[in-house]
Amino acid sequence: MAIVNLQNVTYKYPLTDSSALQDITLQVNEGEFVAIVGPNGAGKSTLCYTLAGFVPHFFKGEITGTVEVAGHESSQSNLHEWVLNVGLAFQNPFNQISGAKYTVFEEIAFGLENTGVPREEMRQRVEDAMKLTGISDLGDRSPYSLSGGQQQRVALTSILVMQPKVLVLDEPTSQMDPIGTREVFGVIRTMAEKGMTVILVEHKVEWIANFADRVIALHEGQILMEGSPQEVLTSELLRDKGFGISRYTSVARMARELGLWKKRNLPVTLEEAVEGFVSLSQSGRGVTGEG
Amino acid sequence: MNIKISNLQFTYPTGVQALRGISLVIESGEQVAIVGQNGAGKTTLVKHLNGLLQPTAGYVRIGDWDTKEHSVAKLARRVGYVFQNPDEQLFSKAVGVEVAFGPRNLGYSSEQVQALVKDALAMTELSDKTETNPYDLSSTWRKMVALASVIAMDTDIVIFDEPTTGQDAANIARIANVIQLLHERGKMVITITHDIDFCAENFERVIAMSQGQILLDGKANDVLGQEEVLARTYVDPPQLTRLGKRLGFKETVRNHEEFLAVLKNN
Repeated sequence: MAIVNLQNVTYKYPLTDSSALQDITLQVNEGEFVAIVGPNGAGKSTLCYTLAGFVPHFFKGEITGTVEVAGHESSQSNLHEWVLNVGLAFQNPFNQISGAKYTVFEEIAFGLENTGVPREEMRQRVEDAMKLTGISDLGDRSPYSLSGGQQQRVALTSILVMQPKVLVLDEPTSQMDPIGTREVFGVIRTMAEKGMTVILVEHKVEWIANFADRVIALHEGQILMEGSPQEVLTSELLRDKGFGISRYTSVARMARELGLWKKRNLPVTLEEAVEGFVSLSQSGRGVTGEG
Repeated sequence: MNIKISNLQFTYPTGVQALRGISLVIESGEQVAIVGQNGAGKTTLVKHLNGLLQPTAGYVRIGDWDTKEHSVAKLARRVGYVFQNPDEQLFSKAVGVEVAFGPRNLGYSSEQVQALVKDALAMTELSDKTETNPYDLSSTWRKMVALASVIAMDTDIVIFDEPTTGQDAANIARIANVIQLLHERGKMVITITHDIDFCAENFERVIAMSQGQILLDGKANDVLGQEEVLARTYVDPPQLTRLGKRLGFKETVRNHEEFLAVLKNN
């Protein structure tokens, strides 16, 4: 069942001439993990804002079409009702942190305070969420004294604690090192496995391929294509348009021109690449693999 | 102009010992990437190169200048520093003015400033955005403005802190191109990066840091092939290096050309 339903959504920010989103039609099923890819300026963050209700309720501007989440229509709802269903972790955590709280613990409790959650439940939920994202030891720190990666974890935690039906994440690991990225993707996967619907904007192609059920490629405000990670992330349609590409895909594409990649599909992940190149050696030439 | 660092130690006022004895020589014109987990001391190290931080013990020399004996303003003639977040360094109302600020403050004549600005804007593909307010640009282009404003200072040494963070593929290619152009002009480029594939494809020398010390330092292939040691600072080898290993390649490969060369010969 579709929990997110966008029909012919076109949106223009105030004082701009061109549409940031053009005729976006998109359904996301309950419990689905969808990744959104695209070059900068493709409309990814605008789409996130639209899902989270900031477009148009906060940013204003002109919107046409319908945005429906969990049976409610955005144009008929208030932002304070909307946030109970959809949580958005901003691309830049600095823009998300309230500035009204002195400690990380209070910052994470902010949303719960504003939705009238009882004190003891609030305390428990904040502690649980902090544990989940590995920031229990940051509770007494000021949100502004943290590194970019730590701030991103706080931003994510303050959304998770709200237990939204739909989790929208705009490049949640952009400022993290590889271990931070791995841990956060672990958390996101846990949430997805618990049945939360996840919509993730991400440049890290290998992670998308390993996690997402479906990938949507956005370009110049429009959906260029959607499909399985393998199908979208290796598509010729995405070439030379500023989309990220896995080195496994690009090297296999070059190898194919040399007759050194024989499979029909190009790989996105390490495992797919190993399998393809090993099968080459088994067919009589090439490398000997241990994979 | 080279950099010589000897037994550099640094302890933050909070008592955190961020650097525990770093010794390093980087020669004029070298292209060096510094990798390692968050908190390894990468940014603390490079902040010593332009005097933003002063050693608790040991010394840092930029050419014949000891950083303890020269102000940050003076060191700015030799070392340019591009911050991770462009919003921390941009403040002007127009791109052209922003980029002119650095060279003007270094005392170049107005003709020289004009030439330096023009050149830096061309290198960063910003020539058509001279009059634009940096904050009307996307974060991608603001990053390029930050690069341009440092390149325009024409320093022998240029430092980039996480240049590819939050950038799309097209802009990462632009940044790689800028680094290549600086290399061709004989500039020393030092880059902190978590993007290990970017590191592998654009740098000849790689330094891996962990807990305030240098874990590995050498030719990119020699460093990036050491999976177990790199794991100690939570760095995964580049994608093609990992693929080569899994396929049983004897040589460490780090880019498409090297990978395909080995594949062809097998």
